[in-house]
Amino acid sequence: MSLWVVMLAAGVMTFVIRLSFIGTAGRFDASPWFARALRFVPAAALSALVWPDLVVIDGALALAQPRLVAGLVAAGVAWRSRNILLTIGCGMLSLWLMQWLQVFM
Amino acid sequence: MSAPTPPRSEFVGGLYAVAPLALGSIPFGLIYGVLAVKAGLSPELAIAVSAIVFAGSAQFMITQLVTAGTPGLLIVVSVMTINLRHALYSADLARKLAHLSPAWKSILAYLLTDEAYAATLARFADPAPAPHRHWHLLGAGLGLWLVWQASSVAGVLLGGRIPAGWSLEFAGTLTFIAIVVPLLRDRAILVAMATAGLVAVAAHAFPYKLAVIAAAAAGIAAGLALDPRGVR
Repeated sequence: MSLWVVMLAAGVMTFVIRLSFIGTAGRFDASPWFARALRFVPAAALSALVWPDLVVIDGALALAQPRLVAGLVAAGVAWRSRNILLTIGCGMLSLWLMQWLQVFM
Repeated sequence: MSAPTPPRSEFVGGLYAVAPLALGSIPFGLIYGVLAVKAGLSPELAIAVSAIVFAGSAQFMITQLVTAGTPGLLIVVSVMTINLRHALYSADLARKLAHLSPAWKSILAYLLTDEAYAATLARFADPAPAPHRHWHLLGAGLGLWLVWQASSVAGVLLGGRIPAGWSLEFAGTLTFIAIVVPLLRDRAILVAMATAGLVAVAAHAFPYKLAVIAAAAAGIAAGLALDPRGVR
């Protein structure tokens, strides 16, 4: 499948999700069960994306590495500041600092 | 009794409401563009994705999945998983937009991002009659759309010039961390996040990042099981 087709399909599905209740206005309401499950979707999906990036290098588990430390620094900053740009800035600076000082090499 | 706010004022109000969020999205648009080119998307496709999918965190995920060589169907399912939260916004707005034509509903649904929803929350919570307030949502949605397209084009143009030694792809991971940490509001969410993280790491050897979907499903199930509001 060409990547163009994949992106078109991803776009159409995103549009369908956004249109779902607006498009059927009044005829359906989100069931309480569905609304409760949706509450966990972003937290679970994003956590699933983040952790392997922090602790897996080249397919092997590796805890002593700069990405895990930089990620934990970023998580602390995110918790205190709730500021996305500050979080990214502090995380990247920690990573660069550890790479420059060759902390885990 | 004052006259209802006219469409043009509503539209301009929406632009003002989204302006700070749109400004904040500029660096992400730039980073997305850079990462998309690094992932191997052609510049045309990288730019088109911003208009076709128009969802920041899903677009960051797309760059990761394309880099990992994930099959198309799994990319689509992963994008749907991460964008499912927009169904909540859709459910919230459905009654307030029920009187509009299908064309209006389609345009507003296409523009319904986290930012547009957040920017228009206050306007739609106002109980006073406001027959033209869909123009407010249109202004907010369109304002963000223009800024997002411009910044991702700029990122794509920059993309090839940034050395690999900068580890810029890590900015995508950090963006997810910045979004996910403030979601930690109760124990059920914490358990959902921990379960999803553990399963994702344990299953990281699964091909094509299949681990992401398995881990998200496990996390959602764990969260539901522990939901303080109980199973109904």
